[in-house]
Amino acid sequence: MINDIWILATASLVAISSALVGVFLILRRQALMGDAISHSVLLGIVVAFLATESRSLTVMLTGAVLIGLLTAWLSDTLHKVGKLQSDASIGIVFTLFFAVGVILVSLYAGQVDLDQECVLYGEIAFVPFDTIVWGSDTDGTEIGPRAFWAIGIVFMIVLISIVVGFERLKTVTFHPSLAVSLGINVVFWHYFLMTLVSMTTVASFDAVGAILVVALLVIPASGAYLVASSLKSMLWIAAAYGQASVLLGYAISYWLDSSISAAIAVTAGLLLFITVLVLEIQKKRRIQQPNIEFETR
Amino acid sequence: MEDFILLNPPSTWDLLIEFWQFNDMNALWVLMGSILLGTSASVIGSFAFLRRRSLIGDALAHAALPGVMMAFLLFQTRDPLIMFLGAVTSSFIGFFIIDWLPKNTKTKPDAALAITLSFFFALGLMLLSFIQGMEVENKSGLDKILFGQAAAMTQEDINLLMVVTVFILITVMLFFQKFRLIAFNSSYAQSLGIAVNRYELLLALLIVMSVVVGLQLVGVVLMAAVLLTPVAAARFWSDKLTSILILAGILGAISAIISTQISYLAPAMPTGPWMVVSLASLFFLSLLFAPNKGLINRYLQQNQLRQKVAEENILRTLYKLWERTEFQKNDFNMGDIQSLRTMPTHHLQSSLKKLCRRKLLTSSSRGFRLTDSGLEQATLLTRRHRLWENYLNEHLELTPDQVHSQAERIEHILTAEQEKQLEEELKNSQQDPHGNVIPGVNNATQTGAKR
Repeated sequence: MINDIWILATASLVAISSALVGVFLILRRQALMGDAISHSVLLGIVVAFLATESRSLTVMLTGAVLIGLLTAWLSDTLHKVGKLQSDASIGIVFTLFFAVGVILVSLYAGQVDLDQECVLYGEIAFVPFDTIVWGSDTDGTEIGPRAFWAIGIVFMIVLISIVVGFERLKTVTFHPSLAVSLGINVVFWHYFLMTLVSMTTVASFDAVGAILVVALLVIPASGAYLVASSLKSMLWIAAAYGQASVLLGYAISYWLDSSISAAIAVTAGLLLFITVLVLEIQKKRRIQQPNIEFETR
Repeated sequence: MEDFILLNPPSTWDLLIEFWQFNDMNALWVLMGSILLGTSASVIGSFAFLRRRSLIGDALAHAALPGVMMAFLLFQTRDPLIMFLGAVTSSFIGFFIIDWLPKNTKTKPDAALAITLSFFFALGLMLLSFIQGMEVENKSGLDKILFGQAAAMTQEDINLLMVVTVFILITVMLFFQKFRLIAFNSSYAQSLGIAVNRYELLLALLIVMSVVVGLQLVGVVLMAAVLLTPVAAARFWSDKLTSILILAGILGAISAIISTQISYLAPAMPTGPWMVVSLASLFFLSLLFAPNKGLINRYLQQNQLRQKVAEENILRTLYKLWERTEFQKNDFNMGDIQSLRTMPTHHLQSSLKKLCRRKLLTSSSRGFRLTDSGLEQATLLTRRHRLWENYLNEHLELTPDQVHSQAERIEHILTAEQEKQLEEELKNSQQDPHGNVIPGVNNATQTGAKR
């Protein structure tokens, strides 16, 4: 029972942080950059681990943030210097990074505490067993799973960044040129957002794996984009979508006895599908009753 | 890879020799299959690239996963054809969602791509984990399609792979003209009465097929790179579509050979990532070293041009100095030059040295002096500069203050023929808008004789 609570708490934090960051990715039309960074992060984690032999949160976060920024920068540079379409340059960079990551994982499979499986699914079911002990190793007290604290810290960072930088982020997102004329450093905020994406991805890595985090970044925020009317409401709705996917997804995985993280991502997709369906039906109704529409105007 | 060689050198070498003697027929077939796959995926990926849908392959490959799993669940068999049909079906559903979402909702195309990709992939993984919890036979190799494993391919897999890739290549050849037209100008193609939608659908089907058939070899996650990276690399070598396609095909084939080789030597190694790494290396090599469009060549050319401009500027400055002394004084030092033209001293020094070496200048204790050939070139440049100023002044009605900076740039580029045209255009103009005499063609030799 207590394990279920830890799993649900971890998954909720993953889903909400991803949804909040994802809102900005969707609005800035950088959904594919989220996809790219979540793949590249694997390389960051593996290299950081091989270089330091440590699995501490700071090492992982540093490795992931560096590689995330490198992905963003390299894609941008290839786009400008190599005169490639921007999505093509993103595609080349992240597939390369991910491929190198997978190769390193299979080369050092014994040393790295990672295998190809967990890269894909994550191991949210095992989250409760990898705990942090406060105090000395022998007689300290367990204070909960590692993954929970990792995503907890990242969640706080994301939340504080959005609350503090709300006005700036809003201007940069909706009026990039106005932001430039106001003297806001647009490049800084771009890379700042990429940093948040990298941190969210790496903290979610243990829980849901590299690729499913894309679903949590993109799908709840897309659902919110369809129904929200302001940035604030979009953030709230995206978080709600994420939370709902976690609860329903957990139930589905329990029922089907399948991977928890995959079920959560699938549920997010189904919720989006339902949203689109409802909107389509509303649209049809409006078309069928054009007179009423006309009169109310 | 290097680590691997260091660990057991003899066995690797032996394996390599054995591989190329083709004693192992299976290895030969896998090699052939992967070459065909590399070629066909690169060629079909080129069209996706030209239609600005570079990452469509990524989404379609991910979208194939639930189809494979569904096919296995429904038919409980690993028959390649059934797997293939399942994958093609779900990829196609993915394709329509990617197409439909941006057209009918507020969703942007990139978000639609990411949504489809991650949703289908999650669905596939959910089904896979569900299957792995079930008590069914031969479910073991299913997860190999995530990263690809050439060594695990069966004879039927390879047969299917060959049939499909050859089909793709032949179809592309047959409809090449139409595809090219649609890729570059689809509205023009429509106006010619070509059923653009039907060909787009055919192209999508070909992309889906090559993605799906490559899953066993390259894997779901990285298939995108096989479609995208070869054409991105080939584009640095040529501007012609046919040569780009051929080159992309060759690059795809090379990377296929390298990765199958590695997979054969180290069977635990996934093939896909190695294929992507070799493709990316080829891409970066092309980016740097390709003639004309490569970065290194572009940098060298820029440097060369900058050097040429600097030298010509010095020659013209010397002419101007000489003109200001009423053609009396011949020798000028670096200070004189810098008073007319701002230029960092070390750059000026090195350029002067180069000019002396080319016998356009001579240097003595009194300073630098134009030689006869140097004078000729300096006169020519000045003449072109002033002719252009006149042209701008007379025909474009720019004021004298506006014309100088433009002439400053064009003087390095004008050809003799253009010079003659300018001359005819501006018949008997003797002076430029600033009142300076335009030196004649023969002036150089005459004034040269004077000194």
